[in-house]
Parts: sequence; C-alpha cells; structure tokens
Amino acid sequence: MRKVAIIASGMCKVDRHWGLSLKELFSRALEDATKECELPKIDAVIIGNMCGVDLSWQNNIAPLVADYSGFPSIPAFRVENACASGASALLAGYLAVASGIHDYVLVGGVEKLTEGVSSDITLALAKAADAETEIYYGASFVSLNALLMRMYMERFNVDRHPFAQFSSLMHRNASKNPYAQLPFEISVENILRSEPIADPITLYDCAPIGDGAAVVVLAPLDEAFKHSDSIVELAGIWCATDTIDVASREDPLFMRSTFEASRNACKMAGISVKDAQVLEVHDTFTITGFLSLESLGLLPPGGSPTALEEGVLSPGGTWQINLSGGLKARGHPVGATGVYQAAEIHQQLIERFPGVKASPAEIGLTQNVGGVGSISVVAIYRRVK
Amino acid sequence: MSVPRYWRNIPLYYRLEGVKCRNCGRVFFPPRRTCPKCGSPSLEQYTLPRRGRVLSFSVVRKPPRGFEYATPYVIALIELEDGSSILSQLTDCSPEEVEIGMPVEAVFRKVREDGETGIIMYGLKFRPVLSGEK
Repeated sequence: MRKVAIIASGMCKVDRHWGLSLKELFSRALEDATKECELPKIDAVIIGNMCGVDLSWQNNIAPLVADYSGFPSIPAFRVENACASGASALLAGYLAVASGIHDYVLVGGVEKLTEGVSSDITLALAKAADAETEIYYGASFVSLNALLMRMYMERFNVDRHPFAQFSSLMHRNASKNPYAQLPFEISVENILRSEPIADPITLYDCAPIGDGAAVVVLAPLDEAFKHSDSIVELAGIWCATDTIDVASREDPLFMRSTFEASRNACKMAGISVKDAQVLEVHDTFTITGFLSLESLGLLPPGGSPTALEEGVLSPGGTWQINLSGGLKARGHPVGATGVYQAAEIHQQLIERFPGVKASPAEIGLTQNVGGVGSISVVAIYRRVK
Repeated sequence: MSVPRYWRNIPLYYRLEGVKCRNCGRVFFPPRRTCPKCGSPSLEQYTLPRRGRVLSFSVVRKPPRGFEYATPYVIALIELEDGSSILSQLTDCSPEEVEIGMPVEAVFRKVREDGETGIIMYGLKFRPVLSGEK
C-alpha cells in the first residue's frame, strides 16, 4: 500500500445556483482548485452525488462531468452513499491511489438540490432511510432526526438552548467563509424563535437546501512534492455502517457507524481521536452535530452542551470544529459535503483557508454521515512538512 | 408504489411480521436475513405485539410528497410490550396530546393514495390507548 496525499482542492460557494447545471457546478470547483496548483494529468475521476437521479433526472453523472470538464477516455464513476457520498468517493479515490492502480485521482462531489420543489427535495432526501418501512409512514429525514433530538433532551435533561448555541457558533464561523451559503451571524434568541419544521427541530437547527461542488486531487505521497510544496497526507480513512433504520438500534443516540469509522481511521493514522486539532463534523441538524462529536469519541454521551459552554469547540479551542460553518451554515449539498470537508481541512492544514483560520494545526479530521447514521466515513489528515 | 412492491410488503404493513433471533433473542422489524446484533443466520418469523408506549416523537410540518393531506402529523418511535421498537405514525390524536411514555396500540388505517389512478395504501398506525382499556 502506498501513502496518499492531497495536492490540491477547490470549491464553489454553496448557494441556490439557478443558473448552473450539475456539470457546470463541477467545473467551477475544478477551476477553483487550479488557482493554487497546476494539476497533473488525471488518471481517474470519482464523483460523489446523491440526488442527481431524483432531482436532475440524470444518471451516469461521472461521464457527464468528465466529458464537460475535459477528462475523456479515463476511468470515471459515481459513488452514492446518501449524504456520505462525498467522503465515500474520497475513500474510493484513496483505495485507487494506495493500491497503485492509479496515480492521480480527481475526487469530486456535486449536488444540485434546487432542481425540485420542496416536497420533492424532502422525498429525495428521505430516500436515505428505508423506503419500504420508514418512508412508508411519512417519516421525513428531518422528523427522524427530530425524534433523536427529543430523546436527547429527555435523557440529558436539556432544553433547546444548547442546540441554538451550536447553531449560532456555526453561523459565526460561516460569516467569514466566502464559500458558505449562509454567511451571517444569528443570535441564540432568534434561533430559538425560528419556525418549526418537525418539532422539536426548527428552521435554524437545519442545514439549508443548496447546490454545490468541491474537488480534491489525490496523489501518491512520494510523487506529491513534484506538484506542490504544501502537502497534506490522507493518513487514515474508514467507512462503517449501522442498521438502515433507527428503530432497530439498541441506542438510537449512539452512532455506531461513526464510532467504528473513527476508531479504525485513527488506528490507520496511528493517532487518538483526541489528537485531531481541526475538524469538520457532520451537522445536518444541530442534534446530528452533538451525536457526531459524542460518537467520534471526543466527548462523553451528553457532553456536547458543556463542551460548547466551555468553548473547547470554538476557534482557538482544543478541538476547533466546523470553522467553515459546518453543514448548518456553510451548507449541505448532500453528495458533495464530504468533499467540501476534505477540501476545507486540506486548506486549513496548509494555512490557505479563506475563512476563520485554525490556530496552526498538524492533524485534521472529517466525519461524513449518510442517512440517520446508517453509514459514516471518517478521515484523518496530517500536514507534511 | 408498484402493486407488487405493495403486495409483498403486506406482512409488514398489515400484520407487523418481523423476525426474532434464535441465538440472542433480539427482534428486528423490518426482517433481516441475518441478525444485525450477533450475526446468527438462525432467525424465526415473529409477529410483534400491537401495544406499547411512545419512546420519542416528532411533528412533521414539512411533509414528503404524498403526505400533504395529513400535515401536521406525528412520527413516533414506539417501544412495544416485548421491548422491541418500531417506527410508525400516530393517529386519532392531535400533536399537542402526544407525550413520551404515552401508551399506544396498533390500528388499521389508510396511509396515503398514489395519485388519482394509483393504489390506495393502508397499514398499521398507532393510537392512544383510551384510559379504562388498559
């Protein structure tokens, strides 16, 4: 197995891009990546995407974007693992480079959610759950997470206040990020007053609906220095699943998929999860952010409200989380989100992220979740001097 | 939903037919071929009890396509009398009446219609157990 590095990354602003198609969004992210680094000859293209079939009526997305962006006659495929499609594409790219089959792999994520009306988007996203049972009775993706939020509030005896604090922190971070969909600050009081979507989840507990694309270029670590002087090693990456439905879990507040992915990715990289200094974690909803932090092994069960209060998750804290603004405020173009996270950590570690900057960090972590925790991918990044 | 897909799920939708692991005793609904907990391939068909209590719930105000007619409605995680869990919709009560721990029972109801010409789907929803019936 060869060591793998990220040599370039690019993103386009998450937004409601009415004027851009899937393939155009992808090419924008690619152009962004070429600003800092002349790309080597690409050997394969791997694309994360979830809703292209449902909302853009488009299958066969890999050749579509490869054709448009100028990668003819090389291997290309799409990876779909719901909201974890992006990081799953990253894992597929890692395997291709580590194995020696390909040298330079372009990993991308692209998603265009605004192609449908609200109820179509809600249905497309709900398909991450078990279609024959959970969706049958009208469960939306939001409502499944709302069940968990109510359970969390009951078990740990907290109200909506800490969730609003989390949301407010995400917006504060996003306010400096030029790629964020919601780059504005919002007070805890205003968050608490926002419109209910699926009680107890209200509008400002939720990631917004948006379009986006992001790319990273993977290379063998030994070759990486030929192309860039600021290299980040993809030091560990692992994927794990849990039951497809929430009702079949012994404890719905424990994301086993995240726990297992975290444990194995850290083992690959030879670190403890607590060594990670800058992290992008999956917070589709504020409750998902809490469960992510706790299931990764950073915080004990129910420990998120206290950690927020103490500031350990804020810029400059022990674990600087979601300096991008996270899914909550950077935005969540579902199948692209995992690649945004990788691009953000890459740019943080080489000190080129244009938003809130981490205090100098050597080790980064991303965690990308599909469904209500039915699949997770955790990756560890290390700055190479 | 296609007619065959609906038809082959009738044991789930009308009768709560899941599986029980002969090795570790855990109950799974929907059924699995192999136990997700202990890995045993030895599972028996098992009909879940029709009574339980609300473990957690949420009120859906922005529904997926097809459920606009019922909005707002309550999706609940229900712990059944044997300790197994199921996700379903609550019926015969308003969202304001629902609370954690509330006793509920399964009842046959219409779930949704598939447009003007599609099939009408039915299933077991859960309603509050009336006091005095317990």
